[in-house]
Amino acid sequence: MTAVLEVRDLRTEFFTAAGTVRAVNDVSFSLDEGEIIGLVGESGSGKSVTGFSLLGLIDAPGRITGGSVRLNGSELVGMSRGELRRRRGREIAMIFQDPIATLNPLLTIGQQMGLALSAHERLSPKATEDRCTEALERVGIPSARARLKSYPHEFSGGMRQRVAIAIALLHRPKVIVADEPTTALDVSIQAQIVTEMKMLAREFGVAMIWISHDLAVVSGIASRILVMYAGRIVETGTAAEVLRNPIHPYTRGLLDSMPHATRPGEMLRQIPGSMPSMLSLPPGCAFAPRCPRADAACTAVPELVQQGGRSWRCVHPLTQPDHEGATA
Amino acid sequence: MLAFIVQRALQAILVMAVMSVIVFVGVYAVGNPVDIVIPPDATIAMREEVIRRLGLDLPLWKQYGIFAWNLLHGDFGRSFVYNMPVLELIGGRLPATLELVLISILFATVVGVSLGIYAGVKPDSLLSKLIMGLSILGFSVPSFWVGLILILTFAVSLGILPAGGRGETVTVFGVPWSFLTLNGLSHIVLPALNLALFKLAMMIRLARAGTREAMLSDTVKFARAAGLSEATILRRHVLKLISIPIITVFGLELGSTLAFAVVTETIFSWPGVGKLIIDSITVLDRPVMVAYLVLTAFLFVMINFTVDLVFAAIDPRIRSGRQSA
Repeated sequence: MTAVLEVRDLRTEFFTAAGTVRAVNDVSFSLDEGEIIGLVGESGSGKSVTGFSLLGLIDAPGRITGGSVRLNGSELVGMSRGELRRRRGREIAMIFQDPIATLNPLLTIGQQMGLALSAHERLSPKATEDRCTEALERVGIPSARARLKSYPHEFSGGMRQRVAIAIALLHRPKVIVADEPTTALDVSIQAQIVTEMKMLAREFGVAMIWISHDLAVVSGIASRILVMYAGRIVETGTAAEVLRNPIHPYTRGLLDSMPHATRPGEMLRQIPGSMPSMLSLPPGCAFAPRCPRADAACTAVPELVQQGGRSWRCVHPLTQPDHEGATA
Repeated sequence: MLAFIVQRALQAILVMAVMSVIVFVGVYAVGNPVDIVIPPDATIAMREEVIRRLGLDLPLWKQYGIFAWNLLHGDFGRSFVYNMPVLELIGGRLPATLELVLISILFATVVGVSLGIYAGVKPDSLLSKLIMGLSILGFSVPSFWVGLILILTFAVSLGILPAGGRGETVTVFGVPWSFLTLNGLSHIVLPALNLALFKLAMMIRLARAGTREAMLSDTVKFARAAGLSEATILRRHVLKLISIPIITVFGLELGSTLAFAVVTETIFSWPGVGKLIIDSITVLDRPVMVAYLVLTAFLFVMINFTVDLVFAAIDPRIRSGRQSA
C-alpha cells in the first residue's frame, strides 16, 4: 500500500486578539490509497481545523505555521494559492456536516455541479449535463437528469448530503475529507449514508478521513482511528483495537460516555469537566485536569509512544482493559 | 403565481382607497385655501362665488365623494393656483425627478455594492477601512449641507459644473429629458451626487455585511473545497446570496426618493415634483397635494409589488412557498 496523503508535524495556529491558539499541534498521520480513517474528538479538539488545513482552507487570522502535508507526493504546505485551488476538488475534496448550509439555496443542483465541474474542466453544456447526471446516479438519486433542475430545498436531508457527496466525487479525487457528514441526518439515514460512502470509497479507490465526535459511527466505517484532544493526536490504532482496548484515559472516557456502554436506566457516564480553553492550555498533558489517573508526572508533555500498530501520548497508559468498570 | 398577483392587486386597491381617505381628510384639516386663492381686495360676493365654484361649501363626505368619483374616471381635479389639470401639472414635473432619482440610485447601488463587496472580501485592507470611514461620513453629514458644499466647490470655486436648473433637454416621446444632452448631463451630476451620497453609504454597509456573512458561510467553504476560484465564488454565489436585502432597500429608497427628493431639488433649483409639492403646501393647493400623495402611495404599492416579484425570481424557496399557499 502506498500513502496518498502524508501529514508530518502539522501545526495550525490562530492569531487572535486574545492570544495565539494552536488548534492543530504536531499532528502526524498517513493515509493509504483507499483507506478510511476516523478522526475522533470532542468539539473544539481541532479535528475540523485539521481537515481544513489539509485543503489549505484556513482563513485569517489562522495559518498553517509548520509541518508538511504531502498529497500524491507533492507538498501542499507553502504551495501557491492558485496551485492549491487546482488541486482542491480534483485531488482532494471535502464534505461538510450540514448539506442545507453547504449547498447554495438560490442555485439549482445542476448549476452548482456545473460550477464544480468547470473549476477544473472545460466541457460542453451537454457533456456537463451527462457528467452531472452520472454523478447523481452514482450516489443513488432517482431520475437524476430531471433532478438537476431542482433546488436544494426540494431534496430531503439525506438526498442533499448525497448531492454534496456527488459533487465531491465529480473529479474522482484521491482523498475526501468528510467533516461530520452524517451528524445532521436522521439515524436511519446516517446508517445508509455510511454504508454507501464505504462502498463508493471502495469502488473508486478514494481514501477518506472521516471526522466525527461519534465513536460508534466512526467504528462502523473506519479501519483506523485517530483520537484528538486539544489539538494533539493522543491515541491511534486500528478501529477494533481502539474500541476494545483503549490506551489513553481520554479514549476510555469517550467510550464510556457512549449510550450502549451503560445499562438501561443507568445514568450516562460522562467525562468530568470540559475541554480547556485553547488560549490557556494546562502545561503538559492537556487532559490531565480531567483525568482520573493524572499525577505530578503529567505536567510534562507526554512523548508519543509507538508500539506495534498503535501509538499514544500518555504517561499512565491504560494497559489493563478492565480499568474503571467493565468493558462491553 | 396568478393567485399571488390577484391577491396583491386587491391589497393595492384597498391600500389606495384607505390612503385617499386619510390624505383627503388630512389635507382638509390643514386649512381653508379660499383666503389664498382669492385676491385680498375681493368682495364677499366674489368670495362666496369662489367657494361655491371650488365646491368648498359642501360637507366633507360629499367633497370626498366627488373627488373619489372623479378619481375613478382618471380626473385628479384642477389646481386652484395654476388652474390646470393636476395630472398635467405633475406629469410635466415628473420626468425631471424621475431622471434625477434613477441616475442617483443606480449610481449609489452599482458603486455602493461594488465597494461594499470589496470591503467585505478584504476587511483588513487599508482601502476597505477608508471605504467604511467614508460610509460613516455619508450617513452622518446632513444632505443639505453636502449640497451647499458641492455647489461651493464645483460651481462657485472651480466653476466646472452648473449650480442649478436642468440645462438643455431633448424631447423623446413628448417628454423633455436632460440626461440625453451633454449640457443637461452636467446639470444632473451635482444634484444626483448629492442625492446618492446617503444611499451610497447605506449600500456599502449592506453589501459589506452581506458579503462578510456569505464569505464565512459553509456554502462558500464548500465551493472553495470544490476548487472554485474566488472570482467565480463572488460572481455566482456571493452576489446572489446578498441580493435580497439589497433589492429590498433599493425598492424602498427608490420610492421614498422619488416622492421626497425635496431638499436636493430645492438646493439645485431642480424643477421636479418635490419642489411642486412644497410650493403647493405653502399655498394650500389642495387638489395638487391630494393627487400627489395618492400617486405616491400608488408608487410605493407598485414598487413593493415589483420587489416581491423580483424576490420570487431570485429565490426558489419563495416561489414554492407561494405555490403551496
